[in-house]
Amino acid sequence: MQFARVIGTLVATRKAEGLEGVKFLIVQPLDKQRQPAGEPVVAADGTAQAGPGELVFIIAIREAALTLPVTFVPVDHAVVGIVDEVDIV
Amino acid sequence: MYIGRVSGTVVATIKNELFVGRKLLVVDRLDLAGHPTAKYDIAVDMVQAGVGDLVLVLDEGNSARQIVGREPDGAIRAVIVGIVDQVALEEDARAGV
Repeated sequence: MQFARVIGTLVATRKAEGLEGVKFLIVQPLDKQRQPAGEPVVAADGTAQAGPGELVFIIAIREAALTLPVTFVPVDHAVVGIVDEVDIV
Repeated sequence: MYIGRVSGTVVATIKNELFVGRKLLVVDRLDLAGHPTAKYDIAVDMVQAGVGDLVLVLDEGNSARQIVGREPDGAIRAVIVGIVDQVALEEDARAGV
């Protein structure tokens, strides 16, 4: 899992079966110092509670879909948690 | 699996239920010479590792789910599965990095 910043939201009315009710966020992946690293991606919100501006952590590939109510869905990035505190030495 | 160095901790209240009660650590991926690379993972600790420890990190979903006993649908990938005591490498392998 990696850090990411929520920078936007996305709405799609017509989408693959199983994705009804899933919230999509646009997130910017971050490096360890929480600086942007790589291209922004669209991620499903596995917490259902994240919003723009928040520092979150994301999971990629197959595990992303496992954060959602229906787990066999076409999703490759998902927000798994909202970060309260980071302590890096 | 890869060798990493624990460099920090992450606290989150709102998170996937699988992570409730589990410790999340930031682990830097190391090169063969033991230097941190730009890559890192936020990993679940299963061996009571702490900041500064040299650790063995697994980054594969099915194995991770087996370790936490959450097959087949646990949303987990990166797990700290060992604390490294010693690494022996051929001299040129270490120098070749």
